[in-house]
Amino acid sequence: MTDIAFLINGHPVRLTDAAPTTTLLDWLRESRALPGTKEGCNEGDCGACTVMVSDDRGTRALNACILFLPQLHGKAVRTVEGLEAPDGSLHPVQQAMIEQHGSQCGFCTPGFIMAMATNHLNGETDHDTALAGNLCRCTGYAPILRAAQRAADQPVPDWLRRETDPGFVRSRLSPVAGPGGASTPPPADTDVALPQTADALAEWCLRYPEGRLVAGATDVGLWVTKQLRTLGPVAFIAGIDALRGVSVGDTEIHIGATTTLAELMPAIAPHHPDFAELIRRYGSAQVRAAATIGGNIANGSPIGDGPPALIALGAVLHLRRGDDRRRLALEDFFLDYGKQDRLPGEFVEGVSFPRQPDRLKCYKLSKRFDQDISALCGCFNITVQDGHVTGARIAFGGMAGIPARARPVEAALVGQPWTAETVAAAIPAFAESFTPLSDMRASSRYRLDAASNLLWRYFHEDRGIPTRVLEVEP
Amino acid sequence: MSVHKPLPHDAARLHVTGQARYVDDIPAPAGTLHLAFGLSGIAHGDIRAIDLEAVRAAPGVVAVLTADDLPRPADCSPSNHDEPLLAEGTVQYLGQPVFLVIADSHLRARKAARLGRIDYDRKPAILSIDDAIAADSRFEDGPRIWARGDATKAIARATHVIDGVIEMGGQEHFYLEGQAAMALPQEGGDMIVQSSTQHPTEIQHKVADALGVPMHAVRIEVRRMGGGFGGKESQGNALAIACALAAHLTGRACKMRYDRDDDFMITGKRHDFRIAYRAGVDAAGRIQGIEFVQYARCGWAQDLSLPVADRAMLHADNAYFLPEVRIESHRLRTNTQSATAFRGFGGPQGMLGIERVMDHIAHAMRMDPLDLRRMNYYPECAAERSDGGLSAPHGLRPPPEDISGQKMGRETPYGMVVEDFILHAMTEKLEAACDYRARRAAIAAWNAQSPVLKRGIALTPVKFGISFTLTHLNQAGALVHVYQDGSIHLNHGGTEMGQGLFQKVAQVAAGVFGLDLGAVKITATDTAKVPNTSATAASSGSDLNGMAVRVACETLRDRIAGVIAERHQCPAGQVVFAEGKVSVPGYDYGFAEAAALTYAARVSLSATGYYRTPKLEWDRIAGKGRPFFYFAYGVACSEVVVDTLTGENRILRTDIVHDCGKSLNPALDTGQIEGGFVQGAGWLTTEELVWDDDGRLRTHAPSTYKIPAFGDRPRAFNVMLWDGQNREETIHRSKAVGEPPFMLGISVLMALSDAVAACGDGSLYPALDAPATPERLLAAIARQKETAR
Repeated sequence: MTDIAFLINGHPVRLTDAAPTTTLLDWLRESRALPGTKEGCNEGDCGACTVMVSDDRGTRALNACILFLPQLHGKAVRTVEGLEAPDGSLHPVQQAMIEQHGSQCGFCTPGFIMAMATNHLNGETDHDTALAGNLCRCTGYAPILRAAQRAADQPVPDWLRRETDPGFVRSRLSPVAGPGGASTPPPADTDVALPQTADALAEWCLRYPEGRLVAGATDVGLWVTKQLRTLGPVAFIAGIDALRGVSVGDTEIHIGATTTLAELMPAIAPHHPDFAELIRRYGSAQVRAAATIGGNIANGSPIGDGPPALIALGAVLHLRRGDDRRRLALEDFFLDYGKQDRLPGEFVEGVSFPRQPDRLKCYKLSKRFDQDISALCGCFNITVQDGHVTGARIAFGGMAGIPARARPVEAALVGQPWTAETVAAAIPAFAESFTPLSDMRASSRYRLDAASNLLWRYFHEDRGIPTRVLEVEP
Repeated sequence: MSVHKPLPHDAARLHVTGQARYVDDIPAPAGTLHLAFGLSGIAHGDIRAIDLEAVRAAPGVVAVLTADDLPRPADCSPSNHDEPLLAEGTVQYLGQPVFLVIADSHLRARKAARLGRIDYDRKPAILSIDDAIAADSRFEDGPRIWARGDATKAIARATHVIDGVIEMGGQEHFYLEGQAAMALPQEGGDMIVQSSTQHPTEIQHKVADALGVPMHAVRIEVRRMGGGFGGKESQGNALAIACALAAHLTGRACKMRYDRDDDFMITGKRHDFRIAYRAGVDAAGRIQGIEFVQYARCGWAQDLSLPVADRAMLHADNAYFLPEVRIESHRLRTNTQSATAFRGFGGPQGMLGIERVMDHIAHAMRMDPLDLRRMNYYPECAAERSDGGLSAPHGLRPPPEDISGQKMGRETPYGMVVEDFILHAMTEKLEAACDYRARRAAIAAWNAQSPVLKRGIALTPVKFGISFTLTHLNQAGALVHVYQDGSIHLNHGGTEMGQGLFQKVAQVAAGVFGLDLGAVKITATDTAKVPNTSATAASSGSDLNGMAVRVACETLRDRIAGVIAERHQCPAGQVVFAEGKVSVPGYDYGFAEAAALTYAARVSLSATGYYRTPKLEWDRIAGKGRPFFYFAYGVACSEVVVDTLTGENRILRTDIVHDCGKSLNPALDTGQIEGGFVQGAGWLTTEELVWDDDGRLRTHAPSTYKIPAFGDRPRAFNVMLWDGQNREETIHRSKAVGEPPFMLGISVLMALSDAVAACGDGSLYPALDAPATPERLLAAIARQKETAR
């Protein structure tokens, strides 16, 4: 239990007994009589539960079904019930959705409305990307797109601009400040903690070496909502500013562990645009706004999309335990399926990789382009000088129990002329590199064939031949 | 008039403000209990023992029930009484409900349900079509066979013979609102159930049976569903029955909703099919004879599988005249979820069979598939001109000499004469509007210079039969009240699942009275107001209920007219209802005033309406008659691009011309077309259901089962409504639109086939199965590359 405060549709709420695993969705529907926010999947994959969350870092759309109440501390939550203006007039996206016939059964609509209102507020007009996390089974999306485009011409309502302003959120929360209130950091030494500094986190991890760290909860959330697990001691770490952010130095780029994918995407784009494009297809806007690169690495998933790209860039992982820090090559962190080189009480501080000329291409293959987990994800970083391959780091997700390099393929390329013959000669090395599994996402055969073909894609792309269906216009 | 206007959905404002209420949003009484099922962990076996101690001891658990604990056997089947609410001794699929947990919260019920320990004597499980064929595991005694002429001989005589097999996967409905119900116990053992169902009367019937009370003791109310698509025609029965039984036993309100994963694991989906075909064609490409063998994987219980499989047979012709034809249909019983209704109800599978044949023949004969399709179309009906006359028949194929008895090529395999065929004109319109010929040429040129990416294009038609094939279901009732203040209370037997039925019907009602829609109150479907309703299914909602409501409204209008006419000593026919007024020559009443006068004159302002579809006559065993009142038509042209290295693909452009007759509401109909198309395209591309060797569905959540997302709609998407009207006397000459557009998605699979074919030398037909995932596409591309090597 913990003591937290946040705004719900502008009204301050203080909860002194918030269970660490009560989701915002259940709380809204069962305790606050706010059933406008819908449960479609309870795993962050459909967006029906989308709400708008504002704090010092801005306003973003999040999935309420995998958002634990302590994560809301100090923030403002707005639900579909709170989107009409004080005078009762509709928000421009609501009006446009009516006029463009954007709702049929209406069940996904509140989630769409909140995602669209957030995009509208932020001036986001890449609707395909920004709305990929909201599923609709009725409309085929065309009228929703028309509504989003129509609403984009309308100004953000003044009242909403005001109420999402960080200063407003702070001042509105001040009446409930106090122990556990917005102005006081919650205690960092209890079994449910909201540490605000890396040192406090380090201390907490020593105290609870088997404790669970929750940043965005886009994975751990499902342990609770689907596996019905209890978490034990848990620290909510998204508020630790020192662990967040991308710093670009002369020789290396460092990414703090609690940097969200949404924050990483624009920061990495100037350096490695294809990494940014890979992140664009990571989950959905709602997921990227919550999920962190540290979580993506630390949970050790064989199909997380961050590690293959980072490994291909030669990334090093920064771990901390108490005051002890160590670094290791990211690929060495993943020992076996579900097993990482992380000591009890140790946590991921960040990840870094050398600055380098961009030769990185990231290829994510899945049944659906958006909001899908990779069947496989191949990241290629091949340097060529004077017509010869001088370096190759090739890493895959989905090809083994852990994210892993295709070292035999790398070896087959390095030192060879950068030609079709070399590529053809390297293809058999894929079978030496990996023995992938068959599952519901793809067969072993497809994984191996497609992985091999991705080297061809890299080669063709390098020669200017179009290979990406997403870049073909009608 | 309010009809034919593109008005928004009646609940649009409620939707966008979050006020629209679904079952789980209805405030529940204090003390409401929550239910969850404990599920079978194996696909087939006898239950040796069930240990529920840990379940009973779990926090919040009030009671746990097995089949033995029920007061009487409770059955959920809509057809065959073969679906016990809780497994009785034997489990028939992995995911079958075995016990029922009643607890004080949804979460606690879910948690407790996982604590049951069930010991089984395992039995061999029949999972696949091949398993079922080998074991002769089926519903009905043997295959259903419909035939006309001697297809085998006709094929033997033909110039070319084409044969093959297509496999097509099932489809999860993925209604955004999962299954849900809430039961409120009443005095004297009566029960009120709120259910997310397309079929309130069925729920009423099954709940009454389970409780052992007459239907009059059970009232079902449905305001709206968060999507249905057929998945709430019978699949809500279990929840409603469970809630009613638990409410009966505990005396408390009981509520149940499936977690999404449970919804996937428990409920039925679209039938997956295998269709083998053998066609004989003449030198020009005309089909002379054809044989189909359709295998439907029906799952463990009969549910609606027989009419689904029938409808697949009824759409084996789609838009094409098949002179001599034999269709054999196997309804296979397997240890998997019981496949059920899903938009199109077997029609899409049957139709995909013949569209595959067309694509295959065109490839073999190196013809443009569109030319081949049109050559085999039924002949066009005579078009009705606006002056009421008939123009010359259009595109009539020359009558084959030996089929004079078959009404000049107008007769379907089941003997119904196609009197309203308009696809020639629709196809011409679309072909021109989307620039089909030029684009096909441009695509060929583009492919020639693109080594990795290949484009494809296809234009495919839809002819879909409208009516329930179980003829007696084609009836509907309505109840309309006019209050003294002139406001109108509208009720009918149809349910609202997003399709806009309520709005369309309200438009009809307002139109009869000459009022604005604001005067008409749309109310929840309620078995106590309109009894004995049919499911809102088979695209029939507005056809049936619109007519029934019109009858009721006209009764009331005539009564009001009678009162006003008597007052003015004029014929009732001179009383006009328009623009909110009731007028006789020289005098206008406000509608409210006219209603008040009618009340004062002691004339009833409440009326029922009733409608039954005319002209239907159908023998499903013989496969002969007229199962459909009319056909709805559509054509779609889709262009795709495929990556030949990975199988990744996307829809670049889709153009559609669709026939809604004279649309009751062009905006809502356009919504059905756009949404239906994307759902159909999803069925054939990204939506893949995967069961493992144990019969466990591995794709049981949106994380693993991928319906189209926002960016999967066609890059360019143009929908045109065909400017026409229904030749039959339907409500304001409109046509049903719920299901037909779904099958426009077939154009996407055929376009993918076209793109794959571009990888080969033309010697091998791509024979693409569905769903055409990147994996299936890459395999098909590999086969093509072999030929070009």
